[in-house]
Amino acid sequence: MNLGILETILREGFIYGILAMGVYITYKILDFPDLSVEGTFPLGACLCASLIAAGVPAWIALLCSLCAGAIAGMITGLLHVRLKISDLLSGILVMTALWSVNLIVTGGTAIKQFFGLPTIFTSLPASLLPERMGFSRKLYVIIVLVLLIKLVLDWFLQTKLGLILRAEGDNDSFVTGLGVDSGKIRIFGLSIGNALAALSGGILAQVSENADINMGKGIVVLALASVILGSTLLGKTKLKPTTIAVAGALLYKLCLQVALLLKLPSNYLKLLMAVLLTGAILLDRVKSRKEARS
Amino acid sequence: MSSVRLEHIHKSFQPRTVSETVVFKDFNLEIEDGTFVSVVGSNGSGKTTMLNMICGNVDPDSGKIFLGDTDLTHLPAYKRTARIGRVFQDPAKGTCASLTVLENLALADNKGQPYGFRRSIDEKRMDVYRHQLQRLHMGLEDKLHVPVGHLSGGQRQALALLIATKSPLDLLVLDEHTAALDPKSAETVMKLTEEIVRKEQVTTIMVTHNLRFAAEYGDRLVMMHEGKSVIDSLGHDKSSYKVSDLLDTFNRISIECGN
Repeated sequence: MNLGILETILREGFIYGILAMGVYITYKILDFPDLSVEGTFPLGACLCASLIAAGVPAWIALLCSLCAGAIAGMITGLLHVRLKISDLLSGILVMTALWSVNLIVTGGTAIKQFFGLPTIFTSLPASLLPERMGFSRKLYVIIVLVLLIKLVLDWFLQTKLGLILRAEGDNDSFVTGLGVDSGKIRIFGLSIGNALAALSGGILAQVSENADINMGKGIVVLALASVILGSTLLGKTKLKPTTIAVAGALLYKLCLQVALLLKLPSNYLKLLMAVLLTGAILLDRVKSRKEARS
Repeated sequence: MSSVRLEHIHKSFQPRTVSETVVFKDFNLEIEDGTFVSVVGSNGSGKTTMLNMICGNVDPDSGKIFLGDTDLTHLPAYKRTARIGRVFQDPAKGTCASLTVLENLALADNKGQPYGFRRSIDEKRMDVYRHQLQRLHMGLEDKLHVPVGHLSGGQRQALALLIATKSPLDLLVLDEHTAALDPKSAETVMKLTEEIVRKEQVTTIMVTHNLRFAAEYGDRLVMMHEGKSVIDSLGHDKSSYKVSDLLDTFNRISIECGN
């Protein structure tokens, strides 16, 4: 494997790692199969692309992606908690609605390009780094960003709010018993999850200097596979769950890349993604059964 | 501490259908401040529905529920639980399985205060937690870092009881809280309950299927049947009730409705 391919794996693996940390919060902590990330991931990308194309500084554009994702996640939560719509359907509704929103954001085009315009990789403070140091500057910036997000999440999960979020997914009547509005906690968790999904989309758009409204297709499968793969293989270690989510995403990207190297036609990619997730779920089941027996 | 009043409660499930079940028809109950009431009754007599209405999980069709001077009737559940502690039949419901004993206690310790961005575990409180756990006589003080899911049912229920009564309460609701435990653990948890209730002097409603517990513990005994109280005895009168008397009445009403 040459350096270029390794860079692709690391670059995309780390970016999807941010998404995986978000999905870790909704799927693992809240036990909520959140399909709205199919819409919030491209939302982050499209918003970032359109804002940068309109001359907005790259970091501010990225921050807007984060906020837009948080709002979309909040809507999924409100549909589920306040209007009592099922978790899956709430996600489908938001995902479908975001398809239109994303088209409006891009001004009606399916692909929004912003080649040559300043991105987070060419603005301060990243522009102080040399263009290449073995790997490209982009990869280093991504790694620093992932690390930063991971540390913030680790800190957050140790706070009182973080702990009550973990309790919420476990036992909502316990949270209610503490005199806390458990619905509000759920909505908050979905906001964080989708904010991270949109952030991840925004960074991916800045790497490739374009956004495609189709880039959300299969993203739930990708994220879930990353989270499940990570927790199955590394769940028993002392690693933090955020680290495990990122490692899962890297591993998943590696699997896809290996398949492509083995000359798998790219038409089969989504099929492979579904197979990988099914495999991860089965592996997880077999492992937990074995542990239950011993 | 406060009195509890249920006034003119009507409640039916699946109203206006063929399977309509009327649970309460003009039901009234008043529990005085600081009283420990045991409630017994057959399945479907309305015991759990009554608790659910008090705690806000089920709304009455009409009627009012008061805790002290506060009208609870239309308050969401989480606002009521600020003043009401509840222990469920299922030991899993009163604690968080994936969190450690310490994390469960730390969450309960913060009840009534905002859950914000401060560190969840306060190291200075560790000794207080250990001391509180010691009083349960379950050996939990050495298991602070064990996930609650790994504990036995009795240990979990004792912990749930501690968590429910950790902050000052106006009312403690015990929903068949010994029913899922083996006889020995049930006994231990029941003794513990009595200890806590007496120490805190908190108004308590205990629903139980254990007629002996109902006869032995508490200041007042209520037997419910089809949404009405068929026995309601207090103080000296209550202490004259024996398990066999209760069982007789229980059997009589059961035969009357053809069971």
